[in-house]
Amino acid sequence: MTNQELQELITGWFNDPAAVKLEFSEEGSQYLNVSIHPDYLHEMMYYLKINRYTSFDYLFCLTGIDWGKELEVVYHLESTDYRHIMVVRAKIEDRENPVIDSVQDIWATANFHEREAYDFFGIRFKNHPNLKRLFLYEDFEGYPLRKEFTDEKNMVVK
Amino acid sequence: METATINNNFKSEEYFINMGPQHPATHGVLRLLLTIDGEIIKKVEPDLGYIHRSIEKMCESDSYQQIVHLTDRMDYLSAHINNEAVCLAVENALQIEVPDRVKVIRTILDELTRISSHCLWWGVMGMDVGALTSYFYGFRDREMINDIFEETCGARLTMNYNIPGGLMQDIHPNFVKRVKDFIVHFKTKIPEYDRLLTNNVIFQKRTKGVGVLAIEDAISYGASGPVGRASGYSCDVRKYHPYSALDRVTFNEALHTDGDSFARYLVRIQELWESISIIEQLIDNIPEGEHKVATNAVIKLPKGEYYQKVETARGELGIYIVSTGTKNPYRMKFRSPGLSNLSLLNHITVGGKIGDLVATMATIDIVVPDIDR
Repeated sequence: MTNQELQELITGWFNDPAAVKLEFSEEGSQYLNVSIHPDYLHEMMYYLKINRYTSFDYLFCLTGIDWGKELEVVYHLESTDYRHIMVVRAKIEDRENPVIDSVQDIWATANFHEREAYDFFGIRFKNHPNLKRLFLYEDFEGYPLRKEFTDEKNMVVK
Repeated sequence: METATINNNFKSEEYFINMGPQHPATHGVLRLLLTIDGEIIKKVEPDLGYIHRSIEKMCESDSYQQIVHLTDRMDYLSAHINNEAVCLAVENALQIEVPDRVKVIRTILDELTRISSHCLWWGVMGMDVGALTSYFYGFRDREMINDIFEETCGARLTMNYNIPGGLMQDIHPNFVKRVKDFIVHFKTKIPEYDRLLTNNVIFQKRTKGVGVLAIEDAISYGASGPVGRASGYSCDVRKYHPYSALDRVTFNEALHTDGDSFARYLVRIQELWESISIIEQLIDNIPEGEHKVATNAVIKLPKGEYYQKVETARGELGIYIVSTGTKNPYRMKFRSPGLSNLSLLNHITVGGKIGDLVATMATIDIVVPDIDR
């Protein structure tokens, strides 16, 4: 499927694309980017996997990004049938208590990747079966990949 | 009669056992929390982070040239391929076309790296299931590749031979001859590998039907590399997203359908042959030309996002760079093959025995720094 066709198909799934803050962009990226409001993320992800025209069955990367004001979760999806690639992004505005739905039930690989995002950014994934720190120890304070994180003892700030 | 009494009164109960971080099959510093009932595994929970070095955080304050040097410390057995991944990402972002000579040399060294990694894996695999001889054989052949790398770039493990824009220096005058000598030598050694392990009845009994991974699960768990391909999942990045000189060679993707430990073993053995074939197609025709193109001393990537996939010895490595136009990446993520491959360990070992877990872990080919980063 071409990016244009993907875009039309996904837009058709929502009665009111503006309400779910559906936005498409190809600027500054080699793939088609889709932004969506976190509340509707799980629903769209589910359709992206089961729809026979999209069939995104391979989640190959899940990244957390700290944009200063908000936190973002970026999902890289690929279809093993059609070999097309798409990027889904969801921005979470509440920094103090960032919550987003887990997609662990759709792609099993999200289990570890979401734990990693929780570990480094403090993003809590709703309905995750085992959300605890992956690399750092349980008592570790703070979320190191957030931009404001500092550790005066162990960190060399350039 | 004493045993009978014990059997009557002894209730089977689940209990915890720690495997690692020092067990040989854990390949370094990985702890597995096992829940077992007798000898049967009920749950496997990996405990990671013993050597987490916050490479992603360090990248945010390093220049792109410096980042290249961090990546070979991740998967040190695929160091050359890891370096290449970052260089390719930076070159694509800056739209630099590297000379043909660079592409061909990079690809030859990639495949040598793969052979070297698989040799080490093969040796350790044998040792994990109780055959020490393979350990020496694997290291003997790997040593020749290390020598080639040492002569080419002065390093045996963490190469740093790739730089954004090309290669650190040109190849050594002996390079072509040494690689050819190695190919001749190694072609006689793979049949030896087959005689020692592949056709060995004990080895087959330890691995056949052990740790079976179905193709749907392989895709869902994001398995890549030999682990995915052993389940019949065609996932070779070299085929689907070719880079460097891979578009000008022909090779077969090693695929098996059984999905068990033995299939993962066979895929890697077949990949040894395929890698040799790729090198043979390239080694006689290394194009003349420069070994690098000039780049700015300070590399600034244009604002935007860049993703580069490569096929390391363990599977798909993804480099994800978010740039805001400065000389450092705003965010850098490494999608390591090891983390996804490890996440499926629980799924394929539950219900088996501890001995099977050791064999399964060996065929997943875990390199812990690749997971921890």
